[in-house]
Order: sequence, then C-alpha cells, then structure tokens
Amino acid sequence: MKLSDSLLSAVSSLRANKLRTALTTLGIIIGVSAVIAMVGVGKGAQLRIEETIQGLGENVLFVRNGTSVAGGVRGGANSKISLTEADAAAIIAGAPSILIAAPTLRATGQIIFGNTNWFSTIYGVGDTYLQARDWQIENGRTFSTNEERSSTKVVIVGQTIIDQLFFGQDPVGETIRIDRIPFRVVGTIRAKGESSWGRDHDDVVFVPLSAARSRLDVGKRYRGNLVRDITLKARSADLLETAEQEVTDLLRERHRIRPGAPDDFYVRNVAQYLEARAKSERTMSLLLAAVAGISLLVGGIGIMNIMLVSVTERTREVGLRMAVGARRIDILVQFVTEAMAVSLIGGAIGVALGLGGLLTAARFGDWPVVISPFSAVIAMGFAALIGVFFGYYPAHKASRLDPIVALRRE
Amino acid sequence: MSVPIIRTRQLCREYLVGAQTVKALIDFSVDIQHGEFVAIVGPSGSGKSTCMHLLGCLDTPSAGEYHLDGQNISRLDADALAGIRRRKIGFVFQSFNLLGGANAIANVELPLVYGGVSRAQRLEQARAALDSVGLADRGHHLPAQLSGGQMQRVAIARAIVNRPALVLADEPTGALDTQTGQEIMALLESLNRCGMTVVVITHEAEIAAFAQRVLYFRDGRLIEDRSTSGVNAVTPTTLPKIGEAHHEAQ
Ligand SMILES: Nc1ncnc2c1ncn2[C@@H]1O[C@H](COP(=O)(O)OP(=O)(O)OP(=O)(O)O)[C@@H](O)[C@H]1O
Ligand SMILES: [Mg+2]
Repeated sequence: MKLSDSLLSAVSSLRANKLRTALTTLGIIIGVSAVIAMVGVGKGAQLRIEETIQGLGENVLFVRNGTSVAGGVRGGANSKISLTEADAAAIIAGAPSILIAAPTLRATGQIIFGNTNWFSTIYGVGDTYLQARDWQIENGRTFSTNEERSSTKVVIVGQTIIDQLFFGQDPVGETIRIDRIPFRVVGTIRAKGESSWGRDHDDVVFVPLSAARSRLDVGKRYRGNLVRDITLKARSADLLETAEQEVTDLLRERHRIRPGAPDDFYVRNVAQYLEARAKSERTMSLLLAAVAGISLLVGGIGIMNIMLVSVTERTREVGLRMAVGARRIDILVQFVTEAMAVSLIGGAIGVALGLGGLLTAARFGDWPVVISPFSAVIAMGFAALIGVFFGYYPAHKASRLDPIVALRRE
Repeated sequence: MSVPIIRTRQLCREYLVGAQTVKALIDFSVDIQHGEFVAIVGPSGSGKSTCMHLLGCLDTPSAGEYHLDGQNISRLDADALAGIRRRKIGFVFQSFNLLGGANAIANVELPLVYGGVSRAQRLEQARAALDSVGLADRGHHLPAQLSGGQMQRVAIARAIVNRPALVLADEPTGALDTQTGQEIMALLESLNRCGMTVVVITHEAEIAAFAQRVLYFRDGRLIEDRSTSGVNAVTPTTLPKIGEAHHEAQ
C-alpha cells in the first residue's frame, strides 16, 4: 500500500468521526500552542534584555534624585534635587569599581531646522556620557574639552533627527535651534535602531552639559551644579553590585545622611532589574513548558485511547483488508498514519492558535515576543512524533489480528 | 491432466477450546481442477467454513498438506499468505463485508490498493469489474445506498477485480431472498464459464444445484464427492500422492 493511499484512507476514516477526531486533538492543540507560546515568550524576553542592554550601554548604572522604596520610586521624579557635578567627580575619585561617572541634564523640547521642527529629547552631557552609553560617533566629531568647559553651542544629533529634519542629508556644519537658541551640529551618532517593542533609541540630541545649563530652559531647574542624574559605567559586569554599594556609601556620606535615614538618591541597576524580570519571564516559559509537556502527554494518551477504540470497532474491516491481501505492515502503517494525521491536525491548529496568541500579545500587550517559523516546524515534528509513538501500539495490535477471528467479529 | 488448483491431503484443523480439542476438519483430501464449479454442503458445524478458510489461505492447517496451484502453502507465514490471497483468491462473504464509508468503486479497488496498482489503473479495473457484475452505474454509491443483492454484487466485483484463479464464497446467498440468491448464483456461474474456479458453501440444495460438483461434509469429514459426471472416491488412497503432484507440475 502506498503512503498516499494510507493518508487518504486515514483522512476519510477521520472524517467519518469528525467530533471524535476534534476532541482527540484537543490535548495536542493545547500542547502545541503552549510550545509555540513558550518559545515566543522565552525568546522575546531574551531579545528584550539584549536590546535594552545594548540601548543602555554595557555595565551601566544610574544615580537619580529622589528616594527609592520597595517596588518603585516615591515622591515623583526629582522632587528633591541633591545630586551635583561634584558628586560625579567624587564617585570617580572614590569608587574604584566605577570607570565613568557622567553627570547629565535631560529635557524634552522643540528642535527647529529651517522651517521643519521635531520634538525630541535633549541631553546635556559630556563626552564621557557617550562613552558610558556606548554611543558611537558616525560623522563629524564629539565635544572637545574646551567646548564642554565653555558652554559652546554645539550639538551632536541622532539618526531620527537626521531623518526628520535633514531628510537623510549630512547635518554636520548646519545650525539647528533648541529652545530658540542656535546650535551648530558637529557630529552625528551611529544608530542603535528601534527596540522590538517600539522604543526609538535614536530620537536624541546631545549638547555639552555646561551649554544646557547656561543656554537652555532646563538649566533653570537645576541651579548651581545640580544635575538630573549621574550615569555610571562599572569596570565589569561582576562589579555592578559592588559599584552600587560603593556609590551608595559614598553619596550618603557626601550628602550627610544619618544612619537609618533614607537616601535622597537612588541607584538603579538596570541590568539587574532586567535579570529579575527575565527570571519571571523564564518562570513563565517554564510554566508553559510544563503545560505543553502535560498536554502533549495527555493528548498522546488520548490518541492511543481513541486508536484502540477505533481498532476494536474496525476489527471486521481489518479482517476484510487482510482477506483481500493486506500484509501486517500495511495494517500497521494504516493505523499509525491515522494516529499521526490526528496529531498533525491538532498540531496545525495548535500552531495557528499559538502564533495567533503571540501576535495578539505582541500587538496589544507589553509582552515582548519573537515569532519564529522554526518553532512551528519543531512543534509540528513533535506532534507527528507523538502520533507515531502513541499510535504504534494500537496499530501493532491491529496488525497482529487473526483474519478469521477479525472477520467473525460482529 | 494439468496441475489442480486445489490439492489437499489429510488436511486437519483442530481448535483448542480450554482443555478440549475440537476437530473442525478431519483428513480432508481433494483435488479440484482449474475451471471447476464446486459446492460444499453440510449441516451447521460440519466444518465447511473451516475448510474454506484453509483453502483461502486465511488459516493454516494443524496437519496435512495443501497445494494451491502447485505451490505448497501449508507452512507459509502470515505475510506470504496475504500475498497469495491478493494474487490468487477472491472472497465473497455472507455478510458482504463492504467498507461502509467507501463507495462501490473504492470497495472494489481495495485488493488493488494492496497490490500497489496505480490509481488510474485501479479505477479502470474497478469500473470493469463493476460493469461485469452489472453495476456500472453504481460506482459512486455507498453500501448503505445499495440493496442486499447489489451489495453482494459489489463484493463479487471486489473478489474478481484482481482476476484471481479461485473465487471462494461462504454462503453468498445466505442474507438474500431466493430470487436474488438465484441471480447471484447465476453471476457466479457466468464467472465460472469465463474460466474462474468457483467454490461455494451453502445449505441449500437449489444453490448447490448450480455446481458441477458437490462436496458433502459431516462432523468435519468429507463424506461424499458427487459430480455431474458421477461419484468420486472420497478416500485419499485413490488420489495421486503429493509427490506425484509435483511430478505433474513439471
Ligand atoms: N475459532 C474456533 N474456536 C473453536 N472452535 C471453532 C472455531 N471455529 C470453528 N470452530 C468449531 O469448528 C466446527 C466447524 O465450524 P465451521 O464454522 O467450520 O462450521 P460450518 O460448517 O461453517 O457451520 P455453519 O453452516 O453454521 O456456518 C464447529 O464445531 C465450531 O464450533
Ligand atoms: Mg460457516
């Protein structure tokens, strides 16, 4: 018997019992869609971490104004500003695990070039900040020490600004207006791209910290040498926790915070936070894996059960097929094919459901997902395997029937 | 004389039921030539079906020898027997045994499916077989849409689609009224006239009357072998030995 004939006969016998087939496939459907979801969520979480770390720069910590409490930040952003440029200098001097401490001002505002304008984020920073965040200069140059010291009105722009204001032309040498103040573009930043959940890393402009303080509106909020935050780069990933401790101790001392009193700043270790998040996403993946495993097992047993029933019901058919010349292997293949067809149908529906779920999650949820065709192939292969594995025993039983006994059966 | 299509010597079949052995067929020896039309008759439980299962290679004997068309098949395994059934034997059953979910053509095709015949060829042969039983226009009917007589015709078409040398029918008219039974027998008779060897099991004298030769069974034994040309001996002593059969085959 040819395989195509086995397949046809399998499909027709499944069609004869549509409801039963549908119910039998349920376990496989759930199992396979759980596999698809598991892979999608797991890979998505991984990708999100990688992208975020890439967006932030490696081994980066942030020190912000305000008080950290369990589960979040209290008192709104910058409700009490205490961080200064001197703090940054002291961190470099006093915290051995810190490589870079870059004081930062940040504002949002209208950027104007000619008669086009664009709303973007403006950072008042030094060159060390660009280094900490792994921003590379694409065209032109970074700020000179002199420009950083003397509030020179120069600016480095991100790719989105080039696209929106310069329509892709090289902006170096042009002048743009920020808060109506003209700034000369001296460099452009290499694009980091958009993250998978839609955040545009390249929608930024950088001006020297001193220029932001003295020329832009944001300077009015951060008087003296106060800053919005300090971006830190630790010497290595292993030192992130040590760095956090060193910086906390150092700043508490500098800000004269009495023992027991809360910090007036907080250190945010993004990588660690992401790791924690990834852990919960991994737990989710694990849970899905358990659901998948159990459903597939139950689905497989369901298939075996239904195939045993089917073999019993169709004993006469088996006898007849043997009488007209079917060999044992023909009968075996017929029933295994049928079991495999059931689980492949379930697998296909499961893949569709799983991918549909992932697409919905990607579209409406904050849940990062990766849709990989490979996982669909793997899941289908797995479903086929389950069909063969659990279909084999009933099929073997059918193929060992004695044709006379089988034909006599009522 | 050419090689007989069926040659059995002291063929026995015993069943073990608990501690008891039931001798369903005892020392059955017979020669049936190509082209004969034979009826097997006897009371219920006399071993007719047992005999037919052995002749049809559905079962293997407990003792004795069976040569089908010159080939000793008494000791073949299940798959080899399946091959012989597919090539040489067509079965017709009392209860038709059609696949309910398949139409007439698909039912008739079944032996060809296992023969690895191409789809187009299968369809052609199945159509021809259905035509020869007078059901050319019922190819797409399901068994449930056919009368009993028509179902048996489909079953006969299935039995002959492979052009087997031997057609075995176990009470083919048992589920049919007299009139339809006569028609079915006439059909088998016409197949026989085309050269097929036909063996029919029956209870009824009118049915047996279609055959040229009638084998009477009682209590597992062949007790009488009567043909239109006279009564044959039923004891093996007068029959050629199996060895001689081989000699004849050459
Ligand atoms: N599988 C079996 N196990 C045990 N005994 C069996 C089996 N098959 C047949 N027999 C016995 O063998 C004997 C012959 O049975 P068989 O079916 O050949 O009779 P039959 O002549 O075909 O009868 P009927 O006309 O009723 O069909 C009976 O006594 C029966 O009980
Ligand atoms: Mg019988």
